[in-house]
Amino acid sequence: MSRQLGFILRRLLLTIPMLFVMSVVVFLIIRLVPGDPVRTMLGFRATDANVAELRHRLGLDQSLLDQYLGWAGALLRGDLGKDIVSHAPLAQLLAQRLPVTFELTGLSMLLAVLVGVPLGVRAATGGRWVKRLTEAFVIFGISVPDFWLGIMLVLIFAGTLVILPPSGYVPFATDPVGNLRYMVLPVLTLATGEAAYILRTTRGAVGSVMNRPFITFLRAKGIGTRRIIFGHALRNAGPSIVTVIGIQVGVLLGGAIIIETMFALPGVGRLVVTGINQRNYPTVQVGILAIATIFIVVSLITDLIVAWLDPRVADGGGT
Amino acid sequence: MSAILSLDNVGVRFNAAGAAPPAPAVDGVSLQLHRGEIFGIVGESGSGKSTLANAVMGLLPANAAVSGSIRINDREVVGLDDEALRSMRGDEVSMIFQDPTASLDPTWPVGDQIAETIRAHYPVTAREAKARAIALMGEVGIADAAARYSDVPHRFSGGQRQRIVIAAALANNPQLLVADEPTTALDVTIQAQVLQLIDKLRRDHGTTVLLITHDLGVVSMICDRVGVMYGGKLLETATTEALFANPAHPYTRALFAANPAGAPRGARLPVIPAEWSVESLRDAELLRAAIGAANG
Amino acid sequence: MTSTANPPAKSLEVGAPRRAPSRFILLGSLILAFLALVAIAAPLIAPHDPESVDVHRVLGAPDLQHPFGSDVLGRDVASRIIYGLRASLLVSVSAVLASLILAVPLGLLAGYFGRWVDSTISRTLDLILVFPAMLLAVTFIAILGPGSVIAALAIAVIYLPILARVMRTSTLIVARNDYVAGSRARGASHLRVLVTHVAPNAFGPVIVQASVLSAFALQLEAGLSFLGLGTQPPTPSLGGMLADGREVLIQAPWVEIFPGLVIVIAVLGFTFLGEGLRRIFDPRGVGE
Repeated sequence: MSRQLGFILRRLLLTIPMLFVMSVVVFLIIRLVPGDPVRTMLGFRATDANVAELRHRLGLDQSLLDQYLGWAGALLRGDLGKDIVSHAPLAQLLAQRLPVTFELTGLSMLLAVLVGVPLGVRAATGGRWVKRLTEAFVIFGISVPDFWLGIMLVLIFAGTLVILPPSGYVPFATDPVGNLRYMVLPVLTLATGEAAYILRTTRGAVGSVMNRPFITFLRAKGIGTRRIIFGHALRNAGPSIVTVIGIQVGVLLGGAIIIETMFALPGVGRLVVTGINQRNYPTVQVGILAIATIFIVVSLITDLIVAWLDPRVADGGGT
Repeated sequence: MSAILSLDNVGVRFNAAGAAPPAPAVDGVSLQLHRGEIFGIVGESGSGKSTLANAVMGLLPANAAVSGSIRINDREVVGLDDEALRSMRGDEVSMIFQDPTASLDPTWPVGDQIAETIRAHYPVTAREAKARAIALMGEVGIADAAARYSDVPHRFSGGQRQRIVIAAALANNPQLLVADEPTTALDVTIQAQVLQLIDKLRRDHGTTVLLITHDLGVVSMICDRVGVMYGGKLLETATTEALFANPAHPYTRALFAANPAGAPRGARLPVIPAEWSVESLRDAELLRAAIGAANG
Repeated sequence: MTSTANPPAKSLEVGAPRRAPSRFILLGSLILAFLALVAIAAPLIAPHDPESVDVHRVLGAPDLQHPFGSDVLGRDVASRIIYGLRASLLVSVSAVLASLILAVPLGLLAGYFGRWVDSTISRTLDLILVFPAMLLAVTFIAILGPGSVIAALAIAVIYLPILARVMRTSTLIVARNDYVAGSRARGASHLRVLVTHVAPNAFGPVIVQASVLSAFALQLEAGLSFLGLGTQPPTPSLGGMLADGREVLIQAPWVEIFPGLVIVIAVLGFTFLGEGLRRIFDPRGVGE
């Protein structure tokens, strides 16, 4: 038990330098912009006084170290600064937008796993036709760009058959049914490509486990095929599948940036894109910080789950 | 005298797609195992002994064609449907393999791997199965069995893992145990322990054992009777003492001669070349005898 | 084709070739070669000037003059696709090549020398992996502004750790071989061993991965252009066309459909090529 605890602690500890480095990179964003970012933010009509005032407010006139410490300190206190354009506190903005991104990414991954894993198992253990059909699905899912698929779906379901809205959003608390209606197309868009990856990974991992010698001993013990596949093969394939899911959450977060923009979902991804177009650097920083933090946390959770599934990992060994 | 395992003219051919049918892996093997005996099958690599073992269990790949009759407890196994085979395996007949590490699921606790054999065949509760598994672990010599029930395989030594494999195989008291090179992957010092364990379990439970090996030392340790295989054929069968004292077949004699344990120090071991056939050995033997007789 | 192996003169160590080039390579290479030709010969092939506006042909349906129709400004979609393909291929291929140029030596050093060299290189590169791909690209663009060069730079940085890791893994495997130790025992310097023995034999898997990543790079570039952050107008880009097509989706779906199809075909081309290369150079899946 203590060995596992040691592993958990070590892995948690590893997260800290990751978060630190990520925060430094994000911190540097505004400071790496060529030219004068403050003037860029304020535009042509800014006077020197305006520029100096904003620069002071953003703390850009201090030494780099002081700036970072001040920024990080404020962050940990929950003060994320203000949006340049709307002057809304960014913490508030983030609190409104994060649930949307969570809902989109979460539902997409859920759907992708619910479809991809069972199909992947079937593809690994099934007959010729199952293998062919799933292969076609995999190739399709991986090659088709998310956003194009999204647009095609809009064409079919919102343009031709007018049964779903092409864009827009309403919070779940306000109108659950409406919320889900708005979410159907974006989630389908992201989930399709995702399911293809998960299917392929599951198929490979389960297929590879089924070829291992301990499966033969299981058959020699008279264990039934269903139990062998789901109790043993899937369990052994678990680490590979979970690892890929963790990586793919990152891909999903990236995809969400585009999909949110496309479907006009008020999420963090769309906040970042709008911010870039507006030269709204503080907002862009906060958005990138939020998404990157989510990814680091998800990676941590993934690693812990993998260690739980395969006790050898915690001891330093591996598949 | 009831035969636990009865093989009658058993043959196994592997079909290679398109190519000309190769020589049979097992060719016309007939033998009978009696209750409670340990029957060894000895032969070199490629003699077909492992194929024979897998045929008895019905674990051959799909491209294998089995002919002849294999009867376990007077029940025909050749051509039996999958579900009937499955219910026999682990219950009436069990098999253990050469590499214990490769036989165990690395992510499952070892105790559960024993318990699942029981639950696959009998409607017992998880607790009952666990209790029985702990008892079995103790019986095969795992110290502190209750505490070690939840450990995963890589926490054990090779010898311990093989003991656990044996426990899982014998969990339901099968009448027949097929052991395919059970000690080959183990340290020499551990080999004797594991063999003695198999012998003890045989005496305690009346299990019949079909022991596959290439090692004459293993045969001499625990086998009651021995069969010698070469090129898919069963060349001779005898009690262990009889075989060692007076091997009848020229190949058997060559096998003994090639055994490092039996050779005088400094002697070069004779090699049995692959291209020698059993017939040519016999001819060589007759020729030597004839020359010897001619020379007086 | 028989299944007997016919290894070419140079056997690539990590995954020794087992069979003749498969249908995958053929198909993938054909697709890519065709697309590359189209892209390179753009000025010669394109039926019209991609940027010439023609108010009489606004949202015109496909016909003989304009095989893929016209967009909202009356510009010929087919010509824009050809030039857009050129931009996309340029960005994605150059990004992956640039990444390879850095990744191969880094991976070689990390895998060959091991220990602190490996730790330093691997840990540093892993920091890049902290960011999801699209997010990192967007971060680059946030700092340096939009544009195809920035996009290519961002993509090169994104794929650097992946390619370096694959190279490192295959180097590890190759460097363990006896002929490497033997060469060192005969007095060969590290550099010589690396260049003459290790690198040629470890090269296979990273080439496979580079091909696969090119497919993603293309999609990434298209995504960035779609958001207006990649290749900037008025230069035609496939992603940009997809963004434009959205506006007129119902009235003129061809503006949206055809550029998307071209992206899909290009991605398939790279994917098939990668799969075919994998069967030759990396059957053991070192680069997974």
